[in-house]
Amino acid sequence: MFEHLPFWPARASTGAGQVDALFIFLLMLCGVVCLGIFILIVVFALRYRRRVGHEAVHIEGSNTLEFTWTVVPFCIFLCIFVWGAYIYFQERTPPPGATDVYTVAKQWMWKFQHEGGQREINQLHVPVGRDVRMIMTSQDVIHSFYVPAFRIKQDVLPGRYTTAWFHATKAGTYHLFCAEYCGTMHSGMIGDVVVMEPAQYQAWLSEGGSTLTLAVTGENLFSELGCRTCHRSDMQGRGPDLIGLYDKPVSLEDGRTVIADENYIRESIQNPSLRIPKGYKPIMPTFQGLLSDEQLNALVAYIKSLSQPQPKPTAGSSVAGAGPPPSTPQGP
Amino acid sequence: MTTAAVPMREPENYLNKEYGIRSWLLTTDHKRIALLYLLSITFFFFVGGFFALLIRLELLTPAGDLVSADTYNKLFTMHGQVMVFFFLIPAVPAVLGNFLIPIMIGAKDLAFPRVNLLSWYIFMLGSALMLYTILNGGVDTGWTFYTPLSTEYLTTNVVAAAMAIFVVGFSSILTGLNFIVTIHRMRAPGMTWSRLPLFVWANYATSIIFVLGTPVLAISLALVGLERMFHLGIFDPRLGGDPLLFQHLFWFYSHPAVYVMILPGMGVVSEIVACFSHKRLFGYRFMALAVIAIAVLGFLVWAHHMFVAGISLYSAMIFSFFSYMVAVPSAIKVFNWTATLYRGSISYMTPMLYAFGFIGLFTMGGMTGLFVAALGIDVHVTDTYFIIAHFHYIMVGGMVMAYLGGMHFWWPKISGRMYPEGWGKLAALLIFVGFNLTFFPQFILGYMGMPRRYWQYSPEFQVLNVLSTAGASILAVGYLLPMVYFLWSMRYGKIAVDNPWGAAGLEWMTTSPPTTSNFDEIPTVTWEAYNYDELKEVPVERH
Repeated sequence: MFEHLPFWPARASTGAGQVDALFIFLLMLCGVVCLGIFILIVVFALRYRRRVGHEAVHIEGSNTLEFTWTVVPFCIFLCIFVWGAYIYFQERTPPPGATDVYTVAKQWMWKFQHEGGQREINQLHVPVGRDVRMIMTSQDVIHSFYVPAFRIKQDVLPGRYTTAWFHATKAGTYHLFCAEYCGTMHSGMIGDVVVMEPAQYQAWLSEGGSTLTLAVTGENLFSELGCRTCHRSDMQGRGPDLIGLYDKPVSLEDGRTVIADENYIRESIQNPSLRIPKGYKPIMPTFQGLLSDEQLNALVAYIKSLSQPQPKPTAGSSVAGAGPPPSTPQGP
Repeated sequence: MTTAAVPMREPENYLNKEYGIRSWLLTTDHKRIALLYLLSITFFFFVGGFFALLIRLELLTPAGDLVSADTYNKLFTMHGQVMVFFFLIPAVPAVLGNFLIPIMIGAKDLAFPRVNLLSWYIFMLGSALMLYTILNGGVDTGWTFYTPLSTEYLTTNVVAAAMAIFVVGFSSILTGLNFIVTIHRMRAPGMTWSRLPLFVWANYATSIIFVLGTPVLAISLALVGLERMFHLGIFDPRLGGDPLLFQHLFWFYSHPAVYVMILPGMGVVSEIVACFSHKRLFGYRFMALAVIAIAVLGFLVWAHHMFVAGISLYSAMIFSFFSYMVAVPSAIKVFNWTATLYRGSISYMTPMLYAFGFIGLFTMGGMTGLFVAALGIDVHVTDTYFIIAHFHYIMVGGMVMAYLGGMHFWWPKISGRMYPEGWGKLAALLIFVGFNLTFFPQFILGYMGMPRRYWQYSPEFQVLNVLSTAGASILAVGYLLPMVYFLWSMRYGKIAVDNPWGAAGLEWMTTSPPTTSNFDEIPTVTWEAYNYDELKEVPVERH
């Protein structure tokens, strides 16, 4: 109901309604308590105003009252805490099977890479009714991916991935803002999230001819860089086999175990000797500074594709998808 | 603070004991040092206010048209740095605390008078560096200095600004040390801990934060400077550093610093509410415990500034939980002030108007704190105008109201003169109205999604921004008025009696203004704090 009020932001994702519900609850709760306190202050101030024939009554305090207004707020606060944490838990836990959009932020633009290979700048096309996960990193300073209509925000850091996800519910064009101050044109680091009905989205995907999917781009890169020399699936390689690696636990040399998520894969390309799997030698050269963030994304997408049940995509079987050419030239 | 303000025939007091610039610059009298601080921070308040005015003017229109983007970024950066480090943090402790704490506990001075003077000189050194930063082209890091933007990307006076704040931190540390030792060692006979005015308790809690927190701020700023100059790789991910480490270090001090900016204000309001209700504060022991609880819990909530920064799910939950815990003692304070009014004898003098304003605005600031402590909501509103509104309700609606209330309340003691009551009430009203008009629309802007630190913005945000700017102009008039009539009253104000408000507390038992040694002989305290039942109230007509 509130979304039709003036000054109420559009509500275009499943999460937005949950945030609004808690917000409205807090508005009412705090409104009532504030009003109560203000009325008490006004009533006391008028009723006990200083005048002839009226004297202050001296009261030390009351342990019962102190106890009450300590315990009651404490309990209410606990409830709000749990409710807020519940929403946050969902915001931070992407459902399995979400569509990945790789994002590279830089001063002062947003670059997106879709799984199908489409690339966009400052515009993000997504379909209604699908879980979309943003896998984001920054080329320079800290930025923050903020879509008010989805009520989500996530800082985007250099040197690692952070993620956010949403499930859009209403077609339309919504603001995309950078919410972390990032230098001169921080306020110009804005864009549009275009939410489309599935049919239109499919049409948009197939606009502009065919390009390689992100995973295929990654596969080509994987060969070019010579990664195949060591990472082989025939157990003969000097490096670990990467098939089925993604999202599985990996035992490390020092006895710890990590989940091979996007961050671990990325780190292992850039800084291989940091966390070496058990049984392997630190012989892999570092790729720090040699690969762009977009190339890293492609490699990560490829390695992830090796864990999918479908046959891994090859250059020939590239999906029809190819986005429209980027509206502005690709940045360095 | 001109000595000409004091007529020749007055009995000797701290103002007329000696004349000349030397007698001020080399003084070790805590009251004179308080006035030196007063001059310095008033200057910075208007510098910071000027920046704020330019920010509000730029935001009148959605397009960035009044100043350039870089200039705008410098304006909000320096507004924040000047207001936080050179006005809000020293405001109550260094001015009112310096002036009042020794008198309130029945001492002749602070424990280390020369260290006190040194702290002012350190403050001035930091001020000089800050002025250098401003005049040399400014700095645009945001007051938060987030890395790697501050360390690797900006070409402005980052190191000078960091040094200014690094240096000024030491004046806080020295003031904090001085207060702690003074409150422990210099209390008059009979002035037990349970008889201390809540203003002293609040400054004691603040001092603990100064001493424990400020060094961490100094470390993090020093690291920013070193990283910038020598590329050590502490925060730069390309060198194996972690940019989030800076945020942890910075907020480890800067969240407790929020309590530095509010606890002393709570102390001031406690004194005012008790006096103008002519009644002992409701729940004195709980009020004292609450300020200590806030100071301690305040150290456990820093990462609530980082819920979307990339910290783990579970650490976010822990910090959200502690943020709710620190809200409990804050709520206790509001309830106790309100309860103090019950069956009091309430007089609506200017300081009391400020105290009412403080309670109302602090309540709203605190309540919106419940919104932003809720993880799910914070994700949406953090780094938007909701946050701007929230912390301005606490720091300006809370602390500045309390500071001005305190200045009016103790002005007769400080200057020996009364301020003009009618003008005082008018200014208080203007500030209250102007403040709400400035900052309330920002809550709505924030929930709509307008990010903070935006030089240009989407047109749907304009109406509320215009309202906000209109409010800011009222606020500016409200702040200029006291400046004018305080100065006026130093020459033309009514001569103040020793206890014009009929207030309890040792500071009202000495002369207005006090002599250099505060008391002719050290008093022996045989009564509880806020013994208003033993004091005659000042009838309304005499005000």
